[in-house]
Formats: sequence, C-alpha cells, structure tokens
Amino acid sequence: MKWIASALLVISLFLLPSFAGDFYINLASQILIAAIFALSLNLLVGYGGMTSLGHASYLGVAAYISALLTSRYGFGHGPAAVISIAGTTAMAAFFGVIALRATGLGFLMITLALSQVLWGLAYRMSNVTNGDNGIAGLTRPMPFGISLDSAASFYWFALVVASFAYLMMAIFVSSSFGSSLKGVRDQPRRMAALGFNPWMIRWITFIYAGFWGGVSGLLYVYYNKYIHPTSLSTTSSAEALLGVIAGGSGTLGGPVVGAALVLLLKNYASAYIERWNMLLGLVFLFIVLVMPTGIVPGLSRLATGLRRGSR
Amino acid sequence: MQFWIIQGLNSLSLGGLLFLLSSGFSLIFGLMRLANLTHGAFFMLGTYFGAIALRSFDGLNIWVTALGAGIAVAAIGGLFERLVLTRLKTNPLGQVLVTLGMSFIISDACLLLWGGDSIPVPTPQNLQSPTRVLGFVFPTYRLVLVGCAIGAAVMLYFLLERTRLGAMIRAGVDDGQMARAVGIPVSNLFTVVFCLGAGIAGAGGVLGGPILSAYPGLDADMLPLALIVVILGGIGSLLGAFIGSFIIGFIYTFGTALFPELAYIILFLPMIFVIAFRPQGLFGRVGA
Amino acid sequence: MTPLMSDYALEVINLKKAFGGLSVIQDVSLAIRPGERRLIIGPNGAGKTTLFNQISGDMRPNSGQIKLFGTDVTQFAPYTRAHFGLSRTYQIITLFSDDTLEHNVTLGLLGLRPSRWQMWRPLSFYGDLATEAHRVLDAVGLLHLAEHPVSDIAYGERRRVELAMALAQKPRVLLLDEPLAGLSNTERSTVKSLIASIPRQTTVIMIEHDMDTALDLAETVTLLNYGRVIVDGDRDAVIADERTREVYLGV
Repeated sequence: MKWIASALLVISLFLLPSFAGDFYINLASQILIAAIFALSLNLLVGYGGMTSLGHASYLGVAAYISALLTSRYGFGHGPAAVISIAGTTAMAAFFGVIALRATGLGFLMITLALSQVLWGLAYRMSNVTNGDNGIAGLTRPMPFGISLDSAASFYWFALVVASFAYLMMAIFVSSSFGSSLKGVRDQPRRMAALGFNPWMIRWITFIYAGFWGGVSGLLYVYYNKYIHPTSLSTTSSAEALLGVIAGGSGTLGGPVVGAALVLLLKNYASAYIERWNMLLGLVFLFIVLVMPTGIVPGLSRLATGLRRGSR
Repeated sequence: MQFWIIQGLNSLSLGGLLFLLSSGFSLIFGLMRLANLTHGAFFMLGTYFGAIALRSFDGLNIWVTALGAGIAVAAIGGLFERLVLTRLKTNPLGQVLVTLGMSFIISDACLLLWGGDSIPVPTPQNLQSPTRVLGFVFPTYRLVLVGCAIGAAVMLYFLLERTRLGAMIRAGVDDGQMARAVGIPVSNLFTVVFCLGAGIAGAGGVLGGPILSAYPGLDADMLPLALIVVILGGIGSLLGAFIGSFIIGFIYTFGTALFPELAYIILFLPMIFVIAFRPQGLFGRVGA
Repeated sequence: MTPLMSDYALEVINLKKAFGGLSVIQDVSLAIRPGERRLIIGPNGAGKTTLFNQISGDMRPNSGQIKLFGTDVTQFAPYTRAHFGLSRTYQIITLFSDDTLEHNVTLGLLGLRPSRWQMWRPLSFYGDLATEAHRVLDAVGLLHLAEHPVSDIAYGERRRVELAMALAQKPRVLLLDEPLAGLSNTERSTVKSLIASIPRQTTVIMIEHDMDTALDLAETVTLLNYGRVIVDGDRDAVIADERTREVYLGV
C-alpha cells in the first residue's frame, strides 16, 4: 500500500511541469533542494540525536567551491562537483572530530561557533569570496549535454537527485548501522556496554550528513546561479532546523514537509512582510511551545486516533 | 611602539566588553544549563538603547544610561524567561530554539525601529581627552572600560561568593535537584539569574557603544565571540569568563590588525586546541 | 582477539577511585576464577556500583589495574571490553523503551557482530538475528511479548529482558548490578532461577542487597565497606565471620 502511494507521488511529481507554470515549477525546485538539506540535517537531529546549528556550512562550502572552481579557475562542472563534494565531506570529517568532543548543548555551541567562523571568513576574505557581493554569473551544468536552463529541465534534474537522496537516506536509517545510530541516540551507555562504538557511529553519521548537505549546496548554487555569505549564516541553519522540527524529526517524511512549509512561508510572507527573520522567530516560538514533536507525528497520531474511533 | 600600545589597550577594552557580554552567558549556562542564544541580541539592544538615548538627550550620563538600559533589557529578559522558557523545562532543545527565535525577533525589531544604518555613539564628554602616562597617549574611554569590567567582575565575585543569593546560585549550579530538595526556590533563582545575565549584557552594550556603534548584525558578531570565550574559559566559571574574555580580546584585536582576512581563523585555533585537549575549558568543571 | 589463558577470569588489582576529595574506592583487589559465582555485598555507599563501573569501563580508576582473562583492560573503552566477553546489567533499567522486545534483544546481539557497520541492508535482512532473538526471549519466558514495546511490559519482565540481552552474547564474565531490586516475590523467584541456570562458561559477579535470595546463588562472597575489601572468601565462611556482623550491625 505504501509502495503504491509512493509510486503515485513520484509519478505526479514528475508530471508537475505539464500542468504548472514556471513560477510554481521553480518553487518546487527550491522545495526539493530544501528537502535534501533538511533530510541531511535530520540524520543528525532526528536519528542521531545531535542537534547542530551549523549545518549551513556544508551547503555553503560546497556551493562556494563549485562557484569558484567554475567561474574563476575554468573547471568543468563535473570535476568541480567532485572536488566540491569531496572537500565538503572532508570538512565534515574535520568538524566532526571537533564537535563530537561534546554532546548536547556543548555540541550545539561548537557547531554554531564553527559555522559562524566560516560565515565570517566568507564575508572578510573578499578577494577570494567576493565578500558581501557574492559570486554571480554562474552557470548550470549540462549532464549528458542536456541543458538545465529551463525551469522544467532543472526541476526534473533536482527531482532525480532528490529522489536518489531520499532513497539513500531511507536505506541508511533502516540498515543495521541506522539501528545502531538510533540506539546510540536513545541509550549511549547501554550501546557501549553491548559492544557498539558510540563515537565512531556518531562521527560517520556526521560525515554522511555533511555529504548530503554538500549535495544540496551544489543544487542550490546551480539553481540560483549565485552564492552569497548569507547561505552560510546561522539564519540559514536555523531555517533548516525549523523545517526539521516543525515537520517532525523522528521520520523521513517530516523534514520534507517541514522544509516545504518553511520555504512556502518565506516566499509568501516576504511579499507582505519585510521582516522575515522576525516572523521566523515567532514561528519558532510557536512550534516549540505548541507542537514540539512536529506536524507529521501530530497528524499521524490524529489519523491513528480517528482510526481507533473516539474514546 | 605606539602601535603595540594602542592595540594592547584595544585588546584590553575589547576583553572588558567581552567579559560584560559573556559573564551573563556563562552564569545562565552554568545555572540553567541553557545556551542562551539571545545573549548577543540583549547586548545589541543595550547598544541601541544607549545610542538613541545618548544622541537624543544631550549631556546624559553614560553610567545612568547603562544602568537604565541594563534594567530595561533585564526586564525584557525576565518576561521572556517567565512566559516562554519556564514552559520548556523538559525540553532543553526547545529552550535553545526559542532563544534563537527570540534573537531573530529582537534583531529584526531593531532593524524595524532604527533602520539599517550604523548609529555611532558619542564618547562621553568628560572622557574624551586622552590620558598621558609615561609619555604615551591612551584613549581614556578605553581605559575606563577595562575598569568597568574589573568592577563588574569584582561585584559578581562578591555576589556569588559572599551573599546568600550567591550561595543559592552556586548550590543550584552544583546540584539543582539537591538545591530544590533543601528548599532553594530554584525556579525563581532561574529568573533572577536570567535577568542578571541579560541586564549585564544590556549595560555592556551601552558601554560598548562608543567603540562598536549600534548596527544591525552586532548581535551576530558578538554571540560567537561569547561562545568562544565560554568554550575557552569553561562553563559556569566566572574566572574562566574573565580570563577567556581577555585572551580572546587580544587574539581578535591583534589578529584583525595584523591579518585582517584571517581574523576568524585565528580565533578558531585556540578554540580547537581547548576542545581537543581540555573540553571542559580552562576553568570549567567536567560534565557540564 | 584470542586472550591469554589465565587462572582468573577477572582480576582487580589495587584499584583506587576518588571523586574530587571523596575517596570512594580506597584499595580493592579481587581475584575471581572462571565459572565462579561471586556475590559482592556491603552497606550503601560502600562503593559496589562504582567498582562495577570501573570493571565495565564506564569510569576510569585513579590507579590500579583490571584484567580480564590475563589481559590488562584498564585502558579499554566499554565497547572494547564487551568484545572481550564482558557483559553487565544496570541498577536502573536502561532499555530502549519505545522499541519492541525483539528489537531490544536484536540490538544486544548486533553489538558484537561485524554486520553492525552495514549501511546498506535493512536490519530485517538478517534472518538469523531474528531467530536467535526469539530463542533468547523464549529462554526467559517472554517470547509471547516479543512484538510489544518495552514501555508496555511490567517491571519484572523488563528485568528479564535486560538479563536476556546480557546473556544473549554468551559473555564470559557477567556483572549483575542488583538484578533482584524492586521485584515482587514471584518475579524474584523467576529471575533467581534464571540466574541459577546460567551456564558455567559464564562467570557471574553479582551485587545484591536482598541477601536471603542472593546468598543461595553465591559460592563466594566479598564484603566491601568504605571502599575497602573487609572479608573475602567462601560464602559460609564470610557469613560466619565476625567482621561481617560488625559492618552490618555496627557492633
């Protein structure tokens, strides 16, 4: 039953460009990118029990490396993508060693501090990153010679990547490693006594989450054809975290729903309200106070309750 | 030689400001186990209050302004703590998220109220003339800032070590459950400490105005510095916050002066060393 | 990892542990033979659980050594000691309460297998794990509850699950920290017969306050007080010893 529903969903997603205009197709592309980013963060937050406020680092660094290599050093998109992902993953390995010296709030603070340092670097090192001006005039890759410049073609590209990412992460969380990750999240001491190495499990997950964060960063810079230090900022990390928590961090579907909601809110709200950050802050407060486990678990609980009949 | 003296003094005054900023953060984290991400915004709020007040009312005393702003920010902090944070006792992650949300609200509110341009804050008139010592010239206000930080440190030390309130705070930091069991009103204590921390940050913001100016993004600049100071100095340790502030003040000032583009990396390095070799910070206790 | 053969399954040599100014373990030495059933007793605060924590690796001693079958494991992390054949239960039950009994036991079985690093195949792929988990649950009489989450079952049943998880890995040394605590009379006799039926390949070291029940299971007894070994030897000898009465009655 689940498979049929998923297949129908994927098919209708593929058919989107045939009945929607460019504006909506582009919006859908942005949602797909945000979904990958949120899913990668959720590996850490929901499945690993490690709340990070610095995840935008991976999106931003991958985007900047690709931007610099293609626009300034004449690299082709293929090699640039490989180097970008490799570099981001290596950075995740390095940051992971530092951040995992602590857990809980200490971990959160370290990830925040590290990502702020990167953000500061992106701003200050203007001769490399162009500082506050960002890097513009970028191009999209042409996989197999196919141009991605139209809204529809980029959308399908993003859909393929996002579906693949979702599938890979679904496999990851239901594997034996995934089970050990959830175990370490719930009872790390018990897991150690049973023979699992909690640090290694966390570190590998951290790297994997950084990897997919980098993938979302590549899609991000291809879509926007522009990169700016704001994408490395705490606000960017916070938006992703809000999406994960609002959607429900214990599931795979939750972050996707949450990311979509945050993006839609941002797009529509910014048309009416100048101060998006203030709205974001208020939404944070609201979600945490009123719906702490998120929308998807809340809805599924509602569905279960309805199925069981009223008590 | 003058360069080194000036940078040295700038380091000291930045260190002093950082202490005013991070002492509250460290206290709040130590007692309430809460990483208060609103702290940078509290500081910035103080800077804006000070900037507006000092520019609108000629001859207004900066000390009075600092006190007033401190009280105002403390009140805002207290409301936030009572209305929002207390509802999230069982959700530490939620607490961090709402402090983040609150920081966004405050920073956007400042943008809304006072615009996007940087507002310079005038140095108080009686402190404008430079001090001459041993043939060297020092900007007086910066010297005064260092004095303020030392004064604040002494007052906080006295509060924590010599008063009943301080004893209750220290008990709460050491063992919250036990403190409750012996009748210490821990939840009221939380509010008091949160207000105290926010108030010091707000007052520090006013005093920092002449040096930093009030500008959007001040909170985002200050918060990571507070984080690094507390990571370096150790959580819940006043001495750690004091020493850590001055170390970071020096590193940041000399780093920015000598290698402007790499200042952030230079800040980063001592943090990595501390985390790698002594995760509880220089003076913190293990298992915060 | 073939350990060296030795006369002793577990040796604790001049162990010292202090927290700040408080010395919890002053100088403890133990030598436990393979297959032995050792009971560790002592008043509250004597340092029993702290001793277990040092043996399992959850804490590091200030000085002294811990040897498993002749190998010095003092610097080993807890998970490494598990691979050396050490297993333990805790005073406070730390099971995965939202997961089923079967999943709990499966995790216990997975801990020592290389397949725990598999990121590709779903856990359900490993049919032999499920079979073994069912066998383990059956051995403690809980197979009928295999699909229930741990949060649904009674406290006594949770103790049995914990025991099952610890035994599932066929450990060579098993540490039981107050396995009978908080159990009703019927539950107590069930758990007691489970402990009595542990095969001889496993050396059992137990901390218990319920002396009536525990003494039946013990062959040798160690009495701890204020972080020191007061009496150590065969059960009957220790019970009859004057010093035991002193410690408990303060005479």
